[in-house]
Amino acid sequence: MEDRGFLKFVIVGHIDHGKSTLIGRLLVDTDSIPYDKIKEIEESREKRMDGEIEFAFLVDHFREERERKITIDTVHTFFETPKRGYVIIDAPGHVEYVKNMISGASQAEMALLIVDVTEGICEQTKRHANLLSMLGIAQVIVAINKMDIVYYKEEKFKRVSNEVRGFFTQIGMNADYYIPISALKGDNVATRSRKMDWYDGPNILQSLDSIKLGSTAEDKSLLFPIQDVYEIDGNRIAVGRVEAGRVEAGMEVKILPEGRKSSIKRIEKFQEDRERVVAGESIGVIIEDPNFIQRGSVMCVEGKEPIVTNRIKANLIWLSKQGFIIDESIRMRLSTQEVNANITCIKKRIDSSSLEVIEEDATRIGNLEIGEVEIRTEEPIVVTKFNDIQELGRFVLVRGNDVVAGGIIP
Amino acid sequence: MENQSIFIIREAYYQFHHNVVALWSIGKDSTTLLWLIRKAFFGKIPFPILHIDTGYKFNEIYKFRDTYKKIWSLDLIVHRNEEAIVSGMTPEKGRLECCTQLKTRALKDALNKYGFQALYLGIRRDEHGIRAKERVFSPRDKDFVWDYTNQPPELWDQYKSKLNTEEHIRVHPLLGWTELDIWRYIKRENIPIVDLYFARNEKRYRSIGCKPCVEPVSSDADTIDKIIEELKTTMISERSGRAQDKESDYIMQKLRALGYM
Repeated sequence: MEDRGFLKFVIVGHIDHGKSTLIGRLLVDTDSIPYDKIKEIEESREKRMDGEIEFAFLVDHFREERERKITIDTVHTFFETPKRGYVIIDAPGHVEYVKNMISGASQAEMALLIVDVTEGICEQTKRHANLLSMLGIAQVIVAINKMDIVYYKEEKFKRVSNEVRGFFTQIGMNADYYIPISALKGDNVATRSRKMDWYDGPNILQSLDSIKLGSTAEDKSLLFPIQDVYEIDGNRIAVGRVEAGRVEAGMEVKILPEGRKSSIKRIEKFQEDRERVVAGESIGVIIEDPNFIQRGSVMCVEGKEPIVTNRIKANLIWLSKQGFIIDESIRMRLSTQEVNANITCIKKRIDSSSLEVIEEDATRIGNLEIGEVEIRTEEPIVVTKFNDIQELGRFVLVRGNDVVAGGIIP
Repeated sequence: MENQSIFIIREAYYQFHHNVVALWSIGKDSTTLLWLIRKAFFGKIPFPILHIDTGYKFNEIYKFRDTYKKIWSLDLIVHRNEEAIVSGMTPEKGRLECCTQLKTRALKDALNKYGFQALYLGIRRDEHGIRAKERVFSPRDKDFVWDYTNQPPELWDQYKSKLNTEEHIRVHPLLGWTELDIWRYIKRENIPIVDLYFARNEKRYRSIGCKPCVEPVSSDADTIDKIIEELKTTMISERSGRAQDKESDYIMQKLRALGYM
């Protein structure tokens, strides 16, 4: 039981398959909703015909959302089980709001995919699953919802769960669990359903608690991207978050992309005297030759360097109505580095819902399309593969004032 | 959590060319935010701190503000919508109007006067459903309008950093914290807090603001430990004592669309 960790997960799925209802149900059944809020919703004007409270109103707060009965933007809510704390990120199911879905999913460590048993796989089910896979979210729980409508029949569950299983196999994904639920009635969400004796697996809360938390990057080799350099009391303090490994006072470091060597004179944390810090900590350091360091520099250990390159193979999702035409100059931001870049080759343009290849060796890429591309940067930058250190294996592309694409380095 | 918040604070300071300001309402959240900002800059905050004073705050709040302005060597700007205060704006004239004039309008004037590009705010997602939809870096246009149906994508730790002219960005380093996280952190760090939060005569304030518009809750929690215990079991929401959150379903959305914090 002992864990007391913290897990962020995203709920995805096609519009109307019950994401917001499931979240409302999870919050109510884990006593996470203050009773004055429940009362507020019970008293709200729009009641459901069947007298159940509108759980979705617990997450759909915008008037536009309640009136159109859809979720527009992603929401983060909190609940706890005896084992650990959770943040649920609700992602909109409507195609118009895919950029919000991706914003939500990019913050998550795992995903819960919800599928309506009466409809099976739909367009956004596929798109969301594909995007999860693209964003590198490997752990997935599949909830087959609305079992109450099909009278809790096992064969209905089997048909849809097999359909999802088949689809996952095609895209190289693997779900940890397939769980028959009714979010509206609460079956197999926080408690075991008595109406589905044929199912002996975990309910949603049990399945979440059984997910193992990701390991930290502490045991890997040092990667410390510099965020900024402050002049304080005559010292130049380089600040940033250690993304992998450890920093120790006195250690020799190499500063990329230039490759200069230096050493750590002192670790700076306000009112703390530290000889050693680990991945995840926001710190400052004073180094031997502080003039050679700036935002975007990456400290590492000699012999264990990440990749320094100006050519990157990547998968990206385009998130702007204005597409991309090859050779357009664009800005690339990866960790704290920012450089001018070009997509020099679009090997494949892929439909993010059907995963069909729209075109090979393309010269353009459109909204919500996935691209397998090669990017060339004006100056060399420091990267890793996404599966080594996520923070240096993912990036966004910026055009003018806007983020227009997100991608990872496979 | 502390690490992520400090990362966000430093990111905004870099992206907005040091042209930033932090809003300090003297409540527990913005005081925690101020504490984190002090940490991010090793005790020497390189930008001003802004207090929007409605004239309706508790005496304890003013006293606390002036004490810690000195102790923490803050470059404090106090801004009031004098015109509205002189003309006698009160909550009785309508809360939407009063909040809009004394808080939102005052903030708008202050930002225009000093030309800040980014504003640090101590709001949290668990406070109110509307705030749960916020981004960490959230743009506002020159009229302060929050275009909540068309928010920019925010992937991983890459925040929107480029602005159209006349826009400003709200930066929310505490967005992922809960009320309980705040109190646990206050305890761990021994952060000084206005004593209105502690129970006196079986009442305490869970959320503080303008005197006429907040109500204390029944409580005997007179220490931080007792507050933490109380929050673990309470079924009453944090802002239940706040008038502007209720009234009608969408008042908070309306206030926020107009630029309310």
